Amino acid sequence: MSRRPVSLFDPGLAARAALASLRKLDPRVQARNPVMLVVAVAALLTTGLWIQALAGRGEAPAGFILTVALCLWFTVLFSNFAEAVAEGRGKAQAEALRSQRDRALARRVATPARDDPAPAWVPAATLRRGDLVVVEAGEVIPADGEILAGIASVDESAVTGESAPVIREAGGDRSSVTGGTRVLSDWVVMRVAADPGESFLDRIIGLVEGARRQKTPNEIALQILLAAFTLAFLAVTATLLPFSLHAVRSAGAGSPVTVTALAALLVCLVPTTIGGLLSAIGIAGMDRMLRANVIATSGRAVEAAGDVDVLLLDKTGTITLGNRQATELLPAPGVSEAELADAAQLASLADETPEGRSIVVLAKQRYGLRERHLHEIDARFVPFTAQTRMSGVDVGDRRIRKGAADAVAEWLHGHGSAPSGPVQAMVEEIARRGGTPLVVADRGRVLGVVHLKDIVKGGLRERFAALRRMGIRTVMITGDNRLTAAAIAAEAGVDDFLAEATPEAKLALIREHQTGGRLVAMTGDGTNDAPALAQADVALAMSSGTQAAKEASNMVDLDSNPTKLIETVEIGKQLLMTRGALTTFSIANDVAKYFAILPAAFAVSYPELRALDVMRLASPESAILSALLFNALIIVALIPLALRGVRYRPVGAPSLLRRNLLVYGLGGLAAPFAGIKLIDLALVALDLV
Amino acid sequence: MGTSGFLRIALFLLVLAGLAPPLGRYVARVFAGRPCGLDRLLGGAERLIYRLCGVRPDTDMTWTAYAAALLAFNAVGILALYLLLRLQGLFAFGPAPLPGIPPHLAFNAAVSFATNTNWQSYGGEWTLAPLTQMLGLTVQNFVSAATGLAVLAALIRGLVRRGARGLGNFWTDLVRSTLYILLPLSLLLALLLASQGVVQTFSTRVEATLLAPPTGADGSVVATQTLVLGPVASQVAIKQLGTNGGGYFNVNSAHPFENPTPLSGFLEMLAILLVPAALCHTFGHLVRDARQGWAVLAAMALVFLASLAVCVRAEQAGNPRLAALGLDQQASALQPGGNMEGKEVRFGIVDSALWATATTAASNGSVNAMHDSFTPLGGLVPMWLMQLGEVVFGGVGSGLYGVLLFVVVAVFIAGLMVGRTPEYLGKKIGAHEMKMAALGILVPPMVVLTGTAIAAVAPAGVAGLANPGPHGFSEILYAFSSAGNNNGSAFAGLSANTPFYNLALGLAMLFGRYWVAVPALALAGSLAGKGFTPPGAGTLPTHTPLFVALLVGTILLVGALSFLPALALGPIVEHLQMVSAP
Repeated sequence: MSRRPVSLFDPGLAARAALASLRKLDPRVQARNPVMLVVAVAALLTTGLWIQALAGRGEAPAGFILTVALCLWFTVLFSNFAEAVAEGRGKAQAEALRSQRDRALARRVATPARDDPAPAWVPAATLRRGDLVVVEAGEVIPADGEILAGIASVDESAVTGESAPVIREAGGDRSSVTGGTRVLSDWVVMRVAADPGESFLDRIIGLVEGARRQKTPNEIALQILLAAFTLAFLAVTATLLPFSLHAVRSAGAGSPVTVTALAALLVCLVPTTIGGLLSAIGIAGMDRMLRANVIATSGRAVEAAGDVDVLLLDKTGTITLGNRQATELLPAPGVSEAELADAAQLASLADETPEGRSIVVLAKQRYGLRERHLHEIDARFVPFTAQTRMSGVDVGDRRIRKGAADAVAEWLHGHGSAPSGPVQAMVEEIARRGGTPLVVADRGRVLGVVHLKDIVKGGLRERFAALRRMGIRTVMITGDNRLTAAAIAAEAGVDDFLAEATPEAKLALIREHQTGGRLVAMTGDGTNDAPALAQADVALAMSSGTQAAKEASNMVDLDSNPTKLIETVEIGKQLLMTRGALTTFSIANDVAKYFAILPAAFAVSYPELRALDVMRLASPESAILSALLFNALIIVALIPLALRGVRYRPVGAPSLLRRNLLVYGLGGLAAPFAGIKLIDLALVALDLV
Repeated sequence: MGTSGFLRIALFLLVLAGLAPPLGRYVARVFAGRPCGLDRLLGGAERLIYRLCGVRPDTDMTWTAYAAALLAFNAVGILALYLLLRLQGLFAFGPAPLPGIPPHLAFNAAVSFATNTNWQSYGGEWTLAPLTQMLGLTVQNFVSAATGLAVLAALIRGLVRRGARGLGNFWTDLVRSTLYILLPLSLLLALLLASQGVVQTFSTRVEATLLAPPTGADGSVVATQTLVLGPVASQVAIKQLGTNGGGYFNVNSAHPFENPTPLSGFLEMLAILLVPAALCHTFGHLVRDARQGWAVLAAMALVFLASLAVCVRAEQAGNPRLAALGLDQQASALQPGGNMEGKEVRFGIVDSALWATATTAASNGSVNAMHDSFTPLGGLVPMWLMQLGEVVFGGVGSGLYGVLLFVVVAVFIAGLMVGRTPEYLGKKIGAHEMKMAALGILVPPMVVLTGTAIAAVAPAGVAGLANPGPHGFSEILYAFSSAGNNNGSAFAGLSANTPFYNLALGLAMLFGRYWVAVPALALAGSLAGKGFTPPGAGTLPTHTPLFVALLVGTILLVGALSFLPALALGPIVEHLQMVSAP
């Protein structure tokens, strides 16, 4: 499915968000955010003052009070808009998820048998938990579920982007199917795993739409800090009125500061930038996960991902290519290498799996065999099936097959033959070294063994080094023996490995790290991974994995790409960094606002205070409006940053802090001086003040 | 300021830097309950105290029990002192018995000494008898400082312990802090001061025959002067060491009997910052990472030095209006120059500014010059140092636990900026920690601002003002800044010995003390219960110059944002008026 990011100012989205920002003026919504609640109350108060001024008893010109009130209302609306835009983007994503499932029809049956006499065709969206459904070749699987009977090859490219079909069968780790994928061959009877509206997908849709979003622990802590700042600024501005009364009395000049000016000052001071964008940042974090094709079950999980200290990575599929490659041909006694190479190449010509391709490549590189075409030599390809677990080719009277040692042995048995001792020894030797032996035979005669080896994925070394700089240890988990594991671990550049891993050993390793105070992330897909996934702090299940694995996890990767864990860590970190950066920016902004508003508010009593007006703003009214407008507009200006997130670089904590302090701390100090001055100039140029 | 000024400041800082680490390590041993040397001498006394009071010294207290013990002990202390002050007339003996003092003043003084503020609404030697000063004030001088030390000890334990419920025992911390830290140091300092001529006697008066008898208002010749004496050295020692600041004499350390020689002045100044500086090393020692202590100390030192520079500069620059009248304010061999109003000529500009900065950086409050007479900017420095929350060195114990609350906030924001749930010394900072730190940081400024606001408009508040205009406002602001942050120094122009101010300032002192101490203990309690997260490359190191800069920035920004408007209407506008006058 396509998950093209929806543009921020996509007209439709912006319009819907604008409407939603009005709806969010509901006091019950505002009460969730103390900072914006204060702004809303200030807006109400100034509106009241404006009405009073219209009645002729105003503390300042009605026009001025109205402008301030409007600025305050827009501050509230802009914050609502930010949240609505973030939610809108989530909704757009959720729609995409939903629609692909809702279009399908399903054939519901009463018993788990293919030949139900009276199947009922029903819309996929109406399927309930426990419903049994038959899916035949060429049909789309209507819902997430478990296969009860049958075996089929399934094209999961719609969800995963991987074009090679996978085998799904009843029982074991490959019994789970995902809604939206397509059965290519054979058939299955499956049991639906969730009711409509309660499925995994539905829960996710609820989360990305923000409807069921709960505040995460870190978000709560930050909100407490922001509320504390808000309270302090409330005290600062509230006490300014008596201070001003005292000043007027003792200076014998001027008039006390207006409540309008104090409301404006208060809103400028309270951290509206971060307060207004906080919830948008959280929603956008979930949304970014979704765009990386990872579905997080809670915001808490996204946050925890940024905190991970240890990554447990399965060797196969994560560190090594899931598909092993041919590196060596070992002929059986009495067979020449050339003969074996020839047979192995023939058997692999039509084999499009990576293993098959790698044999053809090896034959060409090492033995100079050119690629041939089956129809040129009048050969017939025998494809791999789930039953035979072999593939090969029939040329004339030759019957060349290649496959796993036991599958080939079974086939040889059918021909009244068996692999010889030396071949057995070769097979065992390869297996002992962590490779996969592939036996090649021609009718009753074993020609030799192909050594398929794990190939470490390209670029991993650099990624692991980057993780190390982020402070994250990588541990490779493998069922291989220590020797093989050590070799691959060294080649991949992981920090540590767990060899001959059993589910118990994995669980113990996670607990050990957690006892030491570390947060552990892992990926998994099998049912036997479920306990470890449940124990891990961040668990990323593969979409292709079993239902048990998915339920034990707090994230699911639709691409079933285990290296995605690294991206989820980065997204988690981005989420926290964005909050921190905008908090710093928001608080640092206040200094400039003081320089704009204090001289404006108090120069009537103490004209000397004009010296503090370092920006040389046009008039007191212009100063207050410019500061307010800057304060409101900066929320809009920072929406893209809040949605995109502050960029994360794996450079270690000190350099990250230095950079962010420079940009958002010092930048936050300086930016409003320029911004307020520019707005002031614009107001004067437009003759608005 | 000439070379000698620089040298005096440098010498002061050098001696301080040299003495702090060994004392810090010693205090760490006392806090940890390890043998410290003196326990061989005083161990018997310690055990006797526990037996007499029925304290089981190794009972571990939860944070609530610890806080309850602390509050109960302080409440009893306040009540006892209040009664003593009220009833002082009953115990009167000697040649000039003094009557009991009125309720509002007694309340103010009792709270003031129990909260380690030592704001003095009363007139020192003329109001309180020696017995009251010794039994009441000096006792509180010790135990209020020991209370601060106890809270700090508990907070450090909270940071160090893992998955624990207890924070140690309040009574043990109180007794050990008094017995092994404050008493020996005070004894030593008292002896040194007495050697310099600081009086230490039970005779209360001496008649001195004047060399140049002046003529009184009624035309009679005044031939003799009554000089008040008393057990001064012992009280001065603890008032300096325990960041108390309440002098025996009304003019505090400007009095020649309280501070007679350059060496006594140097020792007293050193004693202001000695324990707070040493505690940073204690902290580093106890968290098993000396660099953490250095980082906090560096942040404090940076703010201190910058403040000192501003203060000295402003005072040395003098008053341009006087310069316009042709007054010579230039420093020369014959005069210190600058703004000498309200300063003791023995001390000059540098020592007065250094003392003023040190006494307000630490929550000491003893003075050797009149802060009220400083130039507007020179006076802004001590005022702002208090408003920062008394965390630049700060009070004994209270300064460090106060700054650790700022560390929590700084770590929280910085932690977010590096993309990790924030943690300090391996402890994750969650919502509860944030709540407690925010309470501790924000309550004092709110108390100061609210108090000032009420006094600035209430008739009873305005009545105390001697100066009109911004300076009068500064006096009110200074008084509440001092009380709300438990400093105790004053802009003396304000007549604060009125029921209104005694009550308002007394309440400010109570809030300023316990609204920080109790959240600090609550923070300690929740930190102690947490597990330890080992540091990695993604963890923000909290001992680097970068972190020191961040901590300084957080302290200054919170201080600036809370007080910039108030300061603008006080010292800043006063300064602008002074320099802009024709």
